[in-house]
Amino acid sequence: KSPETFLFFIMIPYTGEFLSMVGVVGLEVHAQIQSTSKLFSGSHVRFLAPPNSLVSHFDASLPGTLPVLNRRCVEAAVLTGLALNCTINRKSLFDRKHYFYADMPAGYQITQQRVPIAVNGMLVYSHFEGRRRNQVVTKSVKIKQIQLEQDSGKSLHDDEQSQTLIDLNRAGVGLMELVMEPEMCCGEEAAAAVRELQLILQALGTCQANMAEGQLRVDANVSVHRPGEPLGVRTEVKNINSVRHLAKAIDYEIQRQMEVLQSAGKVLNETRAFDSKSGNTIPMRDKEGLQDYRFMPEPNLPPLFVYESKASVPAGVDPAQVVVIDRLSAQLPELPSVKRTRLVETYGILQEHSFTLVNEDGLMDYFENVVQTTKAEPRKVIGWVIKELMGNLNSQNLKVSQSPISPCALAELINLAESGHISSSTAKQVFQEMWKAPEKTVGQIVKEQDLWMINDKEELQKICRRIVDSHPEEVNPNCIKALILASETFITQ
Amino acid sequence: FARASRALRPTHPRCGVLTLPALSDIGSASGTSWSRWTYKRESSNSAWNSKVPQIPTWEPVAENQLPPPTRVSPDLVDKLERLALVDFGSKEGVDCLEKAIRFADQLHDINTDGVEPMDSVLEDRELYLRDDMITEGECAEDLLQLAKHTVEEYFVAPPGNIPLPKREERSSMLKHSEF
Repeated sequence: KSPETFLFFIMIPYTGEFLSMVGVVGLEVHAQIQSTSKLFSGSHVRFLAPPNSLVSHFDASLPGTLPVLNRRCVEAAVLTGLALNCTINRKSLFDRKHYFYADMPAGYQITQQRVPIAVNGMLVYSHFEGRRRNQVVTKSVKIKQIQLEQDSGKSLHDDEQSQTLIDLNRAGVGLMELVMEPEMCCGEEAAAAVRELQLILQALGTCQANMAEGQLRVDANVSVHRPGEPLGVRTEVKNINSVRHLAKAIDYEIQRQMEVLQSAGKVLNETRAFDSKSGNTIPMRDKEGLQDYRFMPEPNLPPLFVYESKASVPAGVDPAQVVVIDRLSAQLPELPSVKRTRLVETYGILQEHSFTLVNEDGLMDYFENVVQTTKAEPRKVIGWVIKELMGNLNSQNLKVSQSPISPCALAELINLAESGHISSSTAKQVFQEMWKAPEKTVGQIVKEQDLWMINDKEELQKICRRIVDSHPEEVNPNCIKALILASETFITQ
Repeated sequence: FARASRALRPTHPRCGVLTLPALSDIGSASGTSWSRWTYKRESSNSAWNSKVPQIPTWEPVAENQLPPPTRVSPDLVDKLERLALVDFGSKEGVDCLEKAIRFADQLHDINTDGVEPMDSVLEDRELYLRDDMITEGECAEDLLQLAKHTVEEYFVAPPGNIPLPKREERSSMLKHSEF
């Protein structure tokens, strides 16, 4: 639901008092850093592995072990900060956040609470509005900070035996926590922001950002208020496993809070879990009141310094050993927004199409490939790629890399249609045939099914006369002329 | 005897550690062995130059210069016990805590205007950054052996956090325990 529809929705059933209530949404994103080893230890980072096999003595919090910071994780955080227009703190500090939970054997998490590695950034995102969802609206949300912290292990709850099984493979994996300012107003904005963030992280290679695999975890802080008045009590919504669920959870929670206030109730400051089956949020029992984390500086880690350029690295320090911001800026790849602008400017396609091309893995390359091979205009090609190709891929749940039709084959088909050898409607038919029989060439299929467009005037006249003669009472002679002039295919029967 | 001392563990000239003769070399347990020992200490002065003052140099801070004493309420004790899982045990425990806070209050006497807070003496050192390589792990067996109860290579924990029982319940629980 867009912001407008939300306001519209509440105007109908509720009294005038609540006409102007709006939702306020702030996101906390935990992105798992894509690195070979963990943040403070040398054990492997991998999604699936036998339980507790990727655990070092430090990860298991055995006494006498010490944290050693992974340079790749620092670089990932700096790259992400640069891509999101953050100020990179030349000096950042590590702290301990204390709380007890079985999947965190140390009893504390090493994080960066006082001085994180990057602050004051901005995420620019777009979403579609309008009845046909084709008007692009660009928005932005401020990023308060990006900090490095440790991930905890995994708990598997066994209600039958009344126990929890703990797997520490994930304990100690590096995370980037991105804290956004509460500037969004509904589920759709949050979903659009997260999608853009996913694309950026994937382009940088700092995080694979797959929500289903837990590489990107999003918690939403939701409250409602009337604009101009102080912010309302907020609740934290957790357990969101996809971008779609994120939008649903936020919208449900905003709605719930509005209803609570409307019936003169009070919104509790609590943590709620999203239940995907019902689409509702339910209170989480395990959180005991307000937590006091007793933050303290991490005594085993001196401050982390990152340097502006090679020149600012102090004497006696090996530049290859430290993190240099200039070096990383030079490595920044083309970000999604830049890609989209380039596509629109180079090929003259619509903005909404550029979104589809960049969102779908491999589609942009496919499209550019076809454009280079074919003689047709990019604007014609985009139609084929967005409608025919994506249509088929989506209905069969396939990725672009799994398409049975290669860019070359599609280019060939488009060439035939453009040159008038087959009509556009026939071309679509041929496309479907090619999909089913990828080993056959375009020419073969057209020949087999005799789909060549008949341009020979005499031949057309013959066909028309035959049809007219078999239906003498129905035909208008002028139609015949029109028929001959038009270059529609007659499928001979 | 000098020969015996040379056979001892070699000292680094900058090291302030006193080399001790092996007990057997001191000979019979007579008073003379110790005087020989202190004689050795004074003669090798460059190797032994203690920074620890021989007599105390500090004076306790006057009570009127300290901030008002902090009283730890039973509610605060309860909260601390819950957060840190530390058992204060009794009135003595709380008294000990209050005395410790009083002792630390002396720090308020120091003028720290214009001085940046320091949280680590290693502040001027480069934080060592490790290469992103796999160097450890694959020791599930060793780690699981440390736990009394495991299930199929998983550690076992109770379902969720068990809240610390209230003070009254705790004392009745502890009455029957070994402590």
